Amino acid sequence: MFSRFFVTAGLILATLAVPLGTASAAEGFDVPIVFLSRAEEPRLPLSFIDPVVEDPGVWGARLAIKDNQTTGSFLGHRYELIEDVVSAEADIAAAFAEHAAAGRHIFIADLRRDDLLTLARLPESAGSLIFNGRIGDDDLRVETCFPQVFHTALSRAMRADALLQFLVWKKWTDVFLLAGSTEEDKAYAAALRRSIKKFGADLVAEESYAYDPIARRTDSGHIQVQRQMPLATQGAGDDYDVLLAVDENEIFGEYLPYNTYAPRPVAGTHGLVPTSWHRVQEQWGSTQFQRRFTKIAGRWMEERDYGAWLAIRAVGEAVTRTGSPDTGVLRDYLRGPDFALSGFKGLGLSFRPWNQQMRQPVLLVNKRVLVSVSPQPGFLHQRTTLDSLGYDQPETDCALE
Amino acid sequence: MQCGLRRTLTALGLAAVPFAFPVEAMTIYVSNEKGNSITVIDGDSMEVTATIDVGNRPRGIALSKDHRFLYICASDDDHIEVLDTESLELVGTLPSGPDPELMIISPDGKRLYVANEDDNQVTVIDLESGTQLTEIPVGVEPEGMGVSPDGKTIVNTSETTNMAHFIDAETFQITGNVLVDQRPRFAEFTADGEEVWVSSEIGGTVSVIDAKTLEIKKKISFSVPGLQPEAIQPVGVRILKDRSKAFVALGPANRVAIIDAQSYEVEDYVLVGQRVWQLALSPDEKQLFSSNGVSNDISLIDVKRGKARKSIPTGSYPWGIAIKP
Repeated sequence: MFSRFFVTAGLILATLAVPLGTASAAEGFDVPIVFLSRAEEPRLPLSFIDPVVEDPGVWGARLAIKDNQTTGSFLGHRYELIEDVVSAEADIAAAFAEHAAAGRHIFIADLRRDDLLTLARLPESAGSLIFNGRIGDDDLRVETCFPQVFHTALSRAMRADALLQFLVWKKWTDVFLLAGSTEEDKAYAAALRRSIKKFGADLVAEESYAYDPIARRTDSGHIQVQRQMPLATQGAGDDYDVLLAVDENEIFGEYLPYNTYAPRPVAGTHGLVPTSWHRVQEQWGSTQFQRRFTKIAGRWMEERDYGAWLAIRAVGEAVTRTGSPDTGVLRDYLRGPDFALSGFKGLGLSFRPWNQQMRQPVLLVNKRVLVSVSPQPGFLHQRTTLDSLGYDQPETDCALE
Repeated sequence: MQCGLRRTLTALGLAAVPFAFPVEAMTIYVSNEKGNSITVIDGDSMEVTATIDVGNRPRGIALSKDHRFLYICASDDDHIEVLDTESLELVGTLPSGPDPELMIISPDGKRLYVANEDDNQVTVIDLESGTQLTEIPVGVEPEGMGVSPDGKTIVNTSETTNMAHFIDAETFQITGNVLVDQRPRFAEFTADGEEVWVSSEIGGTVSVIDAKTLEIKKKISFSVPGLQPEAIQPVGVRILKDRSKAFVALGPANRVAIIDAQSYEVEDYVLVGQRVWQLALSPDEKQLFSSNGVSNDISLIDVKRGKARKSIPTGSYPWGIAIKP
């Protein structure tokens, strides 16, 4: 449908002298991108100094579209962000169909798992591009892959591998795993167990956190915390190096540091945290990136923002290099060896063609400073060291083409 | 002013400068990004003679054409500082716009072109009056700055837009945009004005652009045995005046590539310090200096032999280099 507008970037460059802001460019084309999300109650962090994040995700999309628009203004590519936050009860498939009918085929799905799967299984989504900048479920990278779905969010396996590489590098290899009881916690615990085995660490003890949630705001709440946390962590005695805490839903994890039975550091969802993005990161030119974001959003950039930003910038990069808004052309380029995106983490980012997971370095932060970045030195890989994080090609059933 | 000048010279024990050194002895200035200082190195003895506290996060530095002043991009102070190269005192600031990183002075010495990473603009400063002439909107995160030898064309690279923007120095209009590889960091004209070399840090390449047709004549790639390709991140570029050889700093590859600037073949990789950012040639082009950000030193490379000869310690995280004849 877009083929008659197909012009190579090189041709445009050779023939056009485009002053910024005046590129009406009859040769150009529109690139509509839909940010699709569902209204949710915001997640309350346990710590009062962590702000409740307003509108996670969409601000990353807004920044990325601005970045794309600047580049596009030189080339006649007109990017537009269509924000669609459906209500809690709305039918996500119907929302998708409406956009598709309006000729919009590129989606940033800032959605939970069930909604993402609904979209991916719609027959009419087959020719579209859907970017998951939020969900880390490993089965979506290992078993249930879709040709139109790209993941810019970290998988849990990538997080776990990033953390375990660091612990192995430190020679802190005896770990005690304490996980919450939600489905998400079980999945993260499974990813950590896999990493422990993969990198030759030792799981010396494992327990599930079985206490009731502790109220975030109580008078004298710390007294219960101070009694409960040592009990919860007593099982392993002091026969371990690091406590791996898994609490994706902010029920107890924040209370673990300094309250463990044995004097041990905490890592996982709390303490030392593997993450795709955090405010403490200012290396590799990200100072300007962090500032640009804070200026428009009025808050720090969160992982979901970064996931949405990566997705829209990936689309922008593919459009710029191919000179086409056609989803088929873009998909081929995104999966190909020439695609590289600068994501302010020191290395070019690309997609693993077999499951369309974005390769990326993983930051290890303690909420105050950047502690390290994985892959760690010495963890080699035949293709790229980034593939030492997460599921490698032979380990998955996904073989997207 | 006069008083300060005398005091500094005496303190440095250099009161007898005109007699102690040959007239042509050069001086090397290095900005220390984390040290918030400028290291001054005597080009004869290769010894550090002074360390001057300057503004926050000094990166790009450039000498005025008469070598009287050193301009310093104080990135975290959102302005450019002016250092008197005789008194070694800061004598003023220039209004650069936010987060200045790299800059270049026009061949006639009258203007300073500055890339402002934070607001997607190139700032043009009139050096005589110290005022801003204009701001030119460019791509996202402008970084590298080049100017043609005839002064008519300015080139700016934008790191996130991945373009080299060619700008008319009279009208301040963009006349062309050349798409290059990811994260272009540095733009360098050849002395004959025919080519612009643009390094792409994440793309790992240097694009040689024909300055007239704006076509990419050649994309130079690098490969060092035993190094992951990701570690090769080209930043600073210098080209000899006769266009025989070019030098490219390769970032975390800890090497400077030597390139035949006629055939564009990479001839050699010289091991220098860690995380090599920028390069500067001595006025006679016999020596090349590289700033090594992580190892806190600069390396001296013998241009003719293509060998690293010496490391000179600097302050913390050396970044920019400028050389006064």
